[in-house]
Amino acid sequence: MLKFDHVSKIYKKGKRAVDDLTFEIEQGEFIVLIGPSGCGKTTTMKMINRLIEPTEGNIYLNGENILDIDPVKLRRKIGYVIQQIGLFPHMTIEQNISLVPRLLKWPEEKRRERAKSLLTLVDMTPDFLDRFPFELSGGQQQRIGVLRALAADQPLILMDEPFGALDPITRDSLQSEFKKLQQKLGKTIVFVTHDMDEALKLADRIAIMKEGRLIQFDTPDEILRNPANTFVEEFIGKERLAQARPHIQTVDQIMNQAPVAVNGDVSLTDAIKIMKNRRVDTLLVIDEERKLEGYIDVENIDINRKKAKVVSEIVQRDIYAVKTGTLVRDTIRKFLNKGIKYVPVVDDEHHLVGIVTRANLVDVVYDSIWGEGNGVENGVHS
Amino acid sequence: METLREVLYYYSENGWYVWDQFFRQFLMSAYGVLFAAIVGIPIGIFIAHHNRLSPWVLSLANIIQTIPSLAMLAVLMLVMGLGPNTVVFSLFLYSLLPIIKNTYTGIRNVDHALLESGKGMGMTKFQVLRMVELPLSLSVIMAGLRTALIITIGVATIGTFIGAGGLGDIILRGTNASNGTAIILAGAIPTALMAIIADFLMGWLEKKLVPGRKKKKAWGTSAEKIV
Repeated sequence: MLKFDHVSKIYKKGKRAVDDLTFEIEQGEFIVLIGPSGCGKTTTMKMINRLIEPTEGNIYLNGENILDIDPVKLRRKIGYVIQQIGLFPHMTIEQNISLVPRLLKWPEEKRRERAKSLLTLVDMTPDFLDRFPFELSGGQQQRIGVLRALAADQPLILMDEPFGALDPITRDSLQSEFKKLQQKLGKTIVFVTHDMDEALKLADRIAIMKEGRLIQFDTPDEILRNPANTFVEEFIGKERLAQARPHIQTVDQIMNQAPVAVNGDVSLTDAIKIMKNRRVDTLLVIDEERKLEGYIDVENIDINRKKAKVVSEIVQRDIYAVKTGTLVRDTIRKFLNKGIKYVPVVDDEHHLVGIVTRANLVDVVYDSIWGEGNGVENGVHS
Repeated sequence: METLREVLYYYSENGWYVWDQFFRQFLMSAYGVLFAAIVGIPIGIFIAHHNRLSPWVLSLANIIQTIPSLAMLAVLMLVMGLGPNTVVFSLFLYSLLPIIKNTYTGIRNVDHALLESGKGMGMTKFQVLRMVELPLSLSVIMAGLRTALIITIGVATIGTFIGAGGLGDIILRGTNASNGTAIILAGAIPTALMAIIADFLMGWLEKKLVPGRKKKKAWGTSAEKIV
């Protein structure tokens, strides 16, 4: 939907504020531009609605070069929210919300209807319409600021640190609210911030910039898992990387690689012996190629002791397993939801490669509380 | 008490004449300010947008302001001759400074964020001026007009020296007569009154024109407000 093609912005004296930027954004994506101040993130954003003109390169919006579009018409098609909110103090909330529709010459009735329906999106009542901005709290004002950018149903919205001036509690609730709204309406967002927490919370993809260049452009998970270089690592911060570890760790890193497993032709007597020796109450059952078939447990052996001779006769096949590379985060959820005690880990061909038990998860919890030094660290950075 | 009685006697004998001069003087001032507004407000807007020009324009207006009114009238009289037109022109010159300066200040002081959000939402330059800059600087511009009107009402009194008439005629006659205190007062009191009334009326007009004016404090600082 939006494409940057070797875009640079060079100021007098040769300073390159934005340096050879090339990337593409899909319809409905939430993109966060982030970086230290002076990295060119705001310049990049403002080039999209031509508040700043690129020196070199082209920007395409839905295949159309924006340099060929009249800037005023272009801006009316793109929502714009700024940090200072920028509601017009001499206009009522309704006039503020329906400003772009007014510029586009919508009829009066339609504008009012639109303003009303927009207010319900952020749980505000229609009686706000006739109030003035100063009568609203900061959080409410920025809600209106966001609605104003949605008013003419613009598919693309640019946001320049929109929640930066709000207190932390309001900011947090507005972020969640806005993320929900964005997913509901399917808008494409380009969002500038210097707050990494905000970026991780909101973004589908994060573009980390430094000195006008794009350092890494990836999903939050991928950035946390594989920071491109030490700059990104530092920018994310050690603490956040450590905190994020349970979220981005895969089961491979925490699983027990030698699960207790038996073949289907082992006799029940032998199976019981193995259980006793290894002090477990369940055995995973595999075939000759180490493909996972199911499990047997003590209870089940006890019931069928008389009838059956070998493991394959009583194996329970309704076993829940996860693939290698699954995030621990998702696995934990299943442990909690389904109340299971262990999960076997299999590869793409369903070969058994390990098992995650509650004990492994407890290790993860300990590590995230008491930090590194228990051997988990190696797994993340390698 | 004696003087007051004499003043009242003067009014009873010359009521229509005084009213005539009062009206004449008011018209001269109003025309001066009106023309100055027609010229000065666009200049003010222009230099607010082209800030490099502002020191030049403002110092020129400042210099005009420093010329003593009597000298100004005398010089203009040499060019334009006698009569009210010359007075209106000099009043026009005197009104320029407060009007240009206030327009300039008013427009410059509009919160930058508002201009950016206006532009970013797709307003043309003219729409930014009409929908954002002018409404938000209206109170400051009005204050400039108010100051200009009060200055000109005072200066217009001197118009009598070049035969423009006005309440100055009455005052001048009083100074020429022996024992003319009452006549001087008969001219001075309406002049002062006119200034006060003009001030009051402009203040009222200002309030009428600017929406939500009493809420001005909240403007611009709204971003810092917390829930």
